Parts: sequence; structure tokens; C-alpha cells
Amino acid sequence: MPPTDFASAPTDPAFPGAVRPHRRRTIDAHGVAVSMVEWGDESSPPVVFAHGGFDFAETFNVFAPLLAARGWRVVSWDHRGHGHSEWATLYSVEADLRDAMAVLDHVGPAPVPMVGHSKGGAISLHLADAAPHRIRSLVNLDGIPSRSSLPDIAEHERTRMLASEISGWLDHRRSVSNKARRPGTVAELAERRGRMNPRLSPEWLRYLVQVGGREDADGWRWRIDPTLRMGGFGPWRPEWTILRVPALGMPFLAVLGTETEVMGWGTRPADVARHLPPQGRMAVIDGVGHFLHIEAPHAMADLIADFLGAPR
Amino acid sequence: MTAVHLHHGRSTLALHLVRDGDGPTLLLLHGLGEHTPAEPPAAAHAWPGPVWGLDFTGHGESTIPGGGGYTAEMLLGDADAALGHLGSATVLGRGLGAYIALLLSGARAAQVAGAVLVDGPGINGGGSGPTGAALARPATDQAGAPDPFALLELARDVRPPDYAMTFVHLALAGSPAADPITVAAMARPDWLVAVRAAPGVVEADAAPALEALAAMHSSG
Repeated sequence: MPPTDFASAPTDPAFPGAVRPHRRRTIDAHGVAVSMVEWGDESSPPVVFAHGGFDFAETFNVFAPLLAARGWRVVSWDHRGHGHSEWATLYSVEADLRDAMAVLDHVGPAPVPMVGHSKGGAISLHLADAAPHRIRSLVNLDGIPSRSSLPDIAEHERTRMLASEISGWLDHRRSVSNKARRPGTVAELAERRGRMNPRLSPEWLRYLVQVGGREDADGWRWRIDPTLRMGGFGPWRPEWTILRVPALGMPFLAVLGTETEVMGWGTRPADVARHLPPQGRMAVIDGVGHFLHIEAPHAMADLIADFLGAPR
Repeated sequence: MTAVHLHHGRSTLALHLVRDGDGPTLLLLHGLGEHTPAEPPAAAHAWPGPVWGLDFTGHGESTIPGGGGYTAEMLLGDADAALGHLGSATVLGRGLGAYIALLLSGARAAQVAGAVLVDGPGINGGGSGPTGAALARPATDQAGAPDPFALLELARDVRPPDYAMTFVHLALAGSPAADPITVAAMARPDWLVAVRAAPGVVEADAAPALEALAAMHSSG
């Protein structure tokens, strides 16, 4: 069930510095239609960007062109259920990794530099661990979960919290079969998203609605699969992910902002610093929150371009 | 064998009436790669009430989705759709279905009148922690049940003992059954060692365990 009519907008929305992808194509990731995008010259060396949960590739519309202007071909994709990719029946980290590898396979067999934000950072980290021969260097933008982001609570309270999480999630699953997102005006959708992204400007959020939503007769809706929900539960522990970091063998740059916020992962610089591999670096950016590349696109582009070196 | 079709997300699930009866409801959860049997298993021959069996996503007559993404939690959602239809049930789970029965007995403690865990395919899962191979593809993309993605992914899903124990505690605290969890399996993966060792969890053969759970219903 992919929402494929992305060319339907009569006029492209505008935001200072934003450029919509130069190319978009759909690939078959083992039965799921995954939408890939590119910015920059088709013959330039590739760098692959991975977006965060509940985001989509066009959240890179300001950041990606800055790397493209430095001679890179920026390749990204909408995760299954996100943006222009198909609404899947099932979702898991393992499925996201397989979809990501289908994207890398489409780019080519040579190892590529990869930049991941938030959930996309975690995906990139797992991918670099599982297939180090495919990732030449890795940048992680606030995408390393850590144990300290969990509240320190007594075991019986954790059980009670989990009980309500479980029944809440199951109640949601019982209701999702015919679920649709709530429609609204561009301003309304922007305002709703602003509650989860309080540090992002209203102008940017209104722009995002117009590139990440679709307009039907009854209003605008985000394209994301309405069965997806924040939170949830499962057996995975955050320390299993952060322990991928010291195992990395390729050049690695972790970037954190100093401002904590609702969508942030609450990972402290000290947590990352003690896990860095010998060749790893960390950059902590003052006065910036979880969406580093949106709040400070020029500074991030400078930092990452410097880390990656000349395009090759 | 008649079946009703339930919806869980984008899956359509087949819930089979294996044998009708008058009394409490028994729900069968099959093992990895299996499907609902045509007849009740031997241990459930004496069960007085209706015996239902659910085909999990990717199995039997239920939806085969594209591109995998299976987790035990999504199959818990499948089982919860069946429980929502039946109202309440005693659950007999084989292999993978035994693990899902445990999760369901904790997640919906008030509606699960005892879970009996027996041997079957997929009882081990992928161990207690992450495995080395986070990136795996099935050997075949051949369509049909059982889904090769289900066989691959649900043979490797991690089952930390402390995670399983969370559901044990919830079941013991909230179940109407005197014995909310019965371990009848001989296999002992780490998660099941922990479950068996919990005070309040009993070990017994499946047939007498089901007889006792059925008797609990008839005695009110």
C-alpha cells in the first residue's frame, strides 16, 4: 500500500536553502517497495544518509544539498512505512537493516560513507557492525541509545510501567486495522509536530508538512503508516546497541547536541566518550538539540565534510 | 474445520474452530513453521469446551506479508486478536507458540485462564542476547506458508530471561487460574529455565494440567 503520488504537488513548497531530491526511484527490498532519493551529480561519489524514526528522507532537504555542493552524491531512502515507501505489515530493526542493505546494494558494491540521525544512526551502527566491508566511515547524529536515558526506577515499578505499556500497545494493535491519520491544515499538522519538535521553527515545520504529507479532499495527512506508534516494548536493551560502538573499525564520528528535548535520546557525552574506539571522535555542539542537521545545517555540513575528506 | 478471519494490522488471521464443545475455551498456538492441527492434540482430548487454533502471521491460512519483520511482540498481537475474539481462554502453546502463550498470559493476565507450555519448533528462539548475524536473508524468497522470513527471524529472536520473567510476574499477579503457568516442555532454553524456577510456576504433563484448568472452570 505505497502512497506513490509524490509528484502531485502543483507547486513545490519553499524554504530557504531547501532543495527537493534531484532523483527519486523505487526499489524492491525483498518484497517491500522502498523509495530512494538522491541529491547532486549522478557521477559524484556517494554518501548515504539515514533518517530518524517518524521522519523521512526529505527532512534532509537543507542539509543534503550542502554536501552535494561539496561534490558528494547524497543518497537516502524512506524507511519502510515512512515517507514514500510502502506501508509494510511488519516492522523490526532487522527488517530495517535488510532494507538499508538493499539500498546499499543499489548504490554499488564499494564501501560507502554513511551518516545516520537518531533511529537512522542506530541502523547505521548495526549495519557497520554486521557488514563492515560495506561502510567506509560512519557519522552518528544523536543516534546512540544509552542506559542512562531510562529512568532509574525500582523493579516493581518497572513491572507496573511495562504492564501499562504492554496493554496500551496491544490496545493500539487491536485498533489499527482501518486506522487513518487525522487530517488537518498545513498549519495544524505543523503545530502538532511542533509539540514533539519544539526547537524547530514553524516555517520549517510547515514546509515539512508539504513535502512529507499528502493533501486529500479532507485535508493534509502525514504519509507515515498510521499503524506505527511511538514507544512500544521488546527484549532489546540499549546497552546492546552502544556496545557496537567500541567494536567499530572504520573512521567514526559521533555528534551530540547539548540541549535535551522530548525526541532526544538523552545520551550523555560521557556515555559515548568511554565507548569510542581508538579511531573514533566525538563532537558536542553547544546550544543544539536532537535535530542537529536541521538546527545547524551549515555547521554540520562543515563538520561532516571535514571528517569525510575530499569526495572519492 | 470452520474458521473465522480476524484482522491484526495488515494481517488477516485464520482462527480455526478445531472442535466445538460446551465449556471453557482452549486456544492452541502452533510452533514455528507449523499451522493449526486438524484435530486437538492428545493432551487436549479430554478438554470439555471448544478448542480453537490460531494461525500466526506467515503461517497456515493467515497473511504472508512481504519483506519479513517478524518479532515475538507482533505475534503476541496476533494472539491478542484471537483472545479479543474469544473473550477469555486457556492457552496451550507449542514451541514458538509456548513463548507467545507466556507473553500473552502476562500481557492479558485477567483473560488468560492458564497457559500450558509444551515442546515444539521454535521453543529456543535466538538465545538470551544479540547474535553475531544481525543481517540475515532467507535462502529463498519462495512465496507461500510458512513464510521463509518467519522461519528465519523467529528462530533468532532474542529472549532474555529477565524479559520473560516480566511476563511471569504479570501472569502470577493477575491471572484467574490457580496455576497461571505450567511448564510441560522438556526443552530448557535460558528463558524457560528462568520461568520454571519462578515460585508459582508449576511443572506437569500437559494432559493433567489441562484437566486441572478445566476443572477450575467447572467448579466456578
